[in-house]
Amino acid sequence: MAPSTSSVITLNINGEKYTLPVDHRTTLLDALREHLDLTGTKKGCDQGQCGACTVLLDGRRTVSCLQLAVAAEGREVTTIEGVAEGDQLHPVQQAFLDLDGYQCGYCTPGQICSALAVLEEHEAGWPSAVTADVSPEAGPPPLSPDEIRERMSGNLCRCGAYVSIVQAVARAAEVRATGAEEAVA
Amino acid sequence: MKEFGYQRVLEVSEAIAVLGADPDARFLGGGTNLVDLMKTGVERPGRLVDIRELPLDHIEVTPDGGLHVGATVTNSDLAAHPEVRRRYPALTQAVLAGASGQLRNMATVGGNLLQRTRCGYFTDVAGPCNKRLPGSGCPAIEGEHHNHAIFSASEHCVATNPSDMGVALAAFDAVVHYETADGPGELPLADFYLPVGDTPHLETALPSGALITGVSLPPAPVAAHSRYRKVRERASYAFAIGSIAAALDVRDGVVQDVRLAFGAVAPRPWRALAAERALTGGPATAEAFAAAADAELAAAETLPHNGYKVPLMRNLVVAQLTELAEEAAR
Repeated sequence: MAPSTSSVITLNINGEKYTLPVDHRTTLLDALREHLDLTGTKKGCDQGQCGACTVLLDGRRTVSCLQLAVAAEGREVTTIEGVAEGDQLHPVQQAFLDLDGYQCGYCTPGQICSALAVLEEHEAGWPSAVTADVSPEAGPPPLSPDEIRERMSGNLCRCGAYVSIVQAVARAAEVRATGAEEAVA
Repeated sequence: MKEFGYQRVLEVSEAIAVLGADPDARFLGGGTNLVDLMKTGVERPGRLVDIRELPLDHIEVTPDGGLHVGATVTNSDLAAHPEVRRRYPALTQAVLAGASGQLRNMATVGGNLLQRTRCGYFTDVAGPCNKRLPGSGCPAIEGEHHNHAIFSASEHCVATNPSDMGVALAAFDAVVHYETADGPGELPLADFYLPVGDTPHLETALPSGALITGVSLPPAPVAAHSRYRKVRERASYAFAIGSIAAALDVRDGVVQDVRLAFGAVAPRPWRALAAERALTGGPATAEAFAAAADAELAAAETLPHNGYKVPLMRNLVVAQLTELAEEAAR
């Protein structure tokens, strides 16, 4: 018997539940933009190559263009619309704003969602492809410009705002570290 | 994209039963390759069986001191695991050299082994390709093949296996574990990928309907002294044009144990056994490393535009082993 090719699903996005019917072919990206009017997440290549559609899924960055919406049911989705606390920008957003971490702005929601995850991954001690010694004893490497470039390499910027993007991520990491120190003090 | 049914499964037995009941069904892991290929029509499943919630997401130290990695462990979790970083650092480096942070969070170990080639003719449904449409021909042989195979290809297909992870797994004698309706089975990675011959569309020796449940790595002290190095056309986030996983144990200037595997040169991760044999028990010198590389590369069969891979791989062998030998001497 031919299987049903659509389902009614409930997505948990930015802490809110949305119930919607979807054709199984619908990606999370298209569900957000076309079904739920959450257009902050951008469609670039639609092939998993540019990172414009980056969102957090259960706290981890993913490209929503290769994520089927039906397979995201039951998971926590965070989009750019859910990053700020009301009018209070997230420190990563503020850093992009203060340091001009964008030009046209189209890749920016994906850059910011990716940067949020980069800070978490670094704090969790994850090495990267440019980390000289990946042994756990070596500890996490400093978040140098090279480390930031490598960790952010899944997000393309056709305007070429990379210099400022690297500075913005570095600034956000400093703010986060300062905040952590103050919390301890 | 063709319409398809979707079913999420929570048990291995259920996954196998659902797949077995529908010849048009495919397993869905991270979907980073499958969903992409479905969008272009290269893959046209009638049903997806979502296996991401199967209880196969653990990495465990085995009683013999090796590791077992579940099939749904993500690339990110594999690369970040302390025991992988400590015992098989080249595996962590290989995984981190592949794709992007986003894709590594989605992609799974089982799916990585089954990912398809990135040959442009395979992904272009408008043209012929023996892998996608058996018997239609291989345009790469006369066409664009600068990143195609120099080992073990055939007149029917010259595509490469694109995995970085697989190269490190090949170096460390990984074994692929699977489950079928008839029970569990296993395949050494060395036997996992089928010879291309005149059937490039048949890629693995997995029995029909089998689910990969995990990959095990036998204990290998030499693997603690290992590196993965990848050459590509940009600094990050690109497939390899040549890569190497190397492990070296040197004592008093003599090679005690060595592992070498190459990526982006063959239809499968290429274990360089001829080079390993040439090195074992001999001196750990640049001359010996070059001679060993030559022993391996003697079997290379190049096309007009991929001959550069021979000196590239030779240089990678010498550079990587020299670096490991210098570290051992410190």
